[in-house]
Amino acid sequence: MINPEYYPLVRMVIFLVAMMAFVGLNALVLVYAERKIAGHVQRRPGPFHVGWHGLLQPLADAGKLMAKQLLTPWSSDKLLFWAAPLLSFLPVILLFLPIPFGETLYGLNVNLGVVLILAFSGLNVLALCLAGWASNNKYGLLGAARAVAQSVAYEIPLLISVLTVALMSGSLDLHAITVQQGAWPWQWYGVLNPLAFFIYFISILGETNRAPFDLPEGESELTAGFHTEYSGMGFGMFFLSEYANMVVVCCVASILFLGGYQGPIESGWWWFLLKVYALLFIIIWMRWTFPRVRFDQLLNINWRWLTPLALLNLVGTVIVLRLAG
Amino acid sequence: MTSIKNALAGLWSLVVGMGITGKYFTAPLVTVFYPRQEAENIETYRGHVELVGKEDEAGVPLCIACGQCARQCPSQCITVSAKVAPADPAESKDGKPAKPKRLKTPGVFQLDYNLCSLCGQCVQVCPVDSLRYSNNVYFAVFTRQETNIDLLERLERQAKEGK
Repeated sequence: MINPEYYPLVRMVIFLVAMMAFVGLNALVLVYAERKIAGHVQRRPGPFHVGWHGLLQPLADAGKLMAKQLLTPWSSDKLLFWAAPLLSFLPVILLFLPIPFGETLYGLNVNLGVVLILAFSGLNVLALCLAGWASNNKYGLLGAARAVAQSVAYEIPLLISVLTVALMSGSLDLHAITVQQGAWPWQWYGVLNPLAFFIYFISILGETNRAPFDLPEGESELTAGFHTEYSGMGFGMFFLSEYANMVVVCCVASILFLGGYQGPIESGWWWFLLKVYALLFIIIWMRWTFPRVRFDQLLNINWRWLTPLALLNLVGTVIVLRLAG
Repeated sequence: MTSIKNALAGLWSLVVGMGITGKYFTAPLVTVFYPRQEAENIETYRGHVELVGKEDEAGVPLCIACGQCARQCPSQCITVSAKVAPADPAESKDGKPAKPKRLKTPGVFQLDYNLCSLCGQCVQVCPVDSLRYSNNVYFAVFTRQETNIDLLERLERQAKEGK
């Protein structure tokens, strides 16, 4: 029997391949969930006729996307134009590496897992920026400018709230943070420090460009924002990476604040997936409830509320931790 | 202080909003899967006007061919003319041929639905209540000419089908 602990490279490769499959499958599930939830919130059935209750609809859509012609606008920067979707999608797979799905179910046991995720998730902003710039299209450029301003702004409260948890646990290792929290909800950092969880949750909506903060692709004013010029799988890549990013931030949320794979009765990957998909459900639910905010409102929420609150929370946590010894 | 209060009120309104969509999420669907199901309130639909038949003779309209509906119609989409009985030679006087007789029943009753705006003035003005809205939901034609509906023929057909 080969012990995978001795072959970290083999383990990583297997894990990355599995994660690619997971990302693809997960996109299908989330597209279906998104449309079904949207339908039921508006009291319509959503996709219904392709397969049983529309189950095959996402597959049909994926087939359509793949079969479509890839158009390159004549005035675009060809190299950057096609580099952008790849740059958006490829780092996402990497983000799954340090995430412990279960006790032994992880790709890479690295003691700076949080930093790795935060560092590589920043590449997505660059990809959106490149996509908007290379399209040579005013909608694309405006969308990209918005994406950059928004992501940079929301990175700050996000980082501070993650830092708060890091201070509480004294570690940046996702596995260690998980283990430090118990199986029961009152032992989770999200319950011990709800403000940090709240700030983190709002920030990830801004980071992943989800409604009500989906200004980079605001249809009413920007057509489709940064991916206006992309057809077929060019758009599909952005789409995949958006959903994969959502999963990553929800994974991190469930590890930092909800005890990761630990849960009552029997800990395991099922608790982890349950928490992740519960968070994803809330994000989708929010999308179909709240209207899109205006851009000045978006930045005001961040700079006037979230960032000061996150800083105060950090200081408060430090004081409490110091007093508690 | 007020801004904090406003922020909290705003946050609460978000929660209320989530509650409303959550309630709708679990509520039953209102969609009717059309080809397999039909809406249950078709009788409340007000489609193009149609003639009302007599109680004892369903194929013959109550209409007295007065033509008030045609005069009242703002779109001039109704054409009515009385049925004319052939002249009776027995009624001829002084060698003049007898005039054909206008009967109090329509010989022609055409509705050009293409022009109709469904205002309902013909229904209101009819002295014998011989017009009403049909609930013909599935009215669809291939040519513009087919929107010119022969209401007499429609009434006869309905009488035959025992409606």
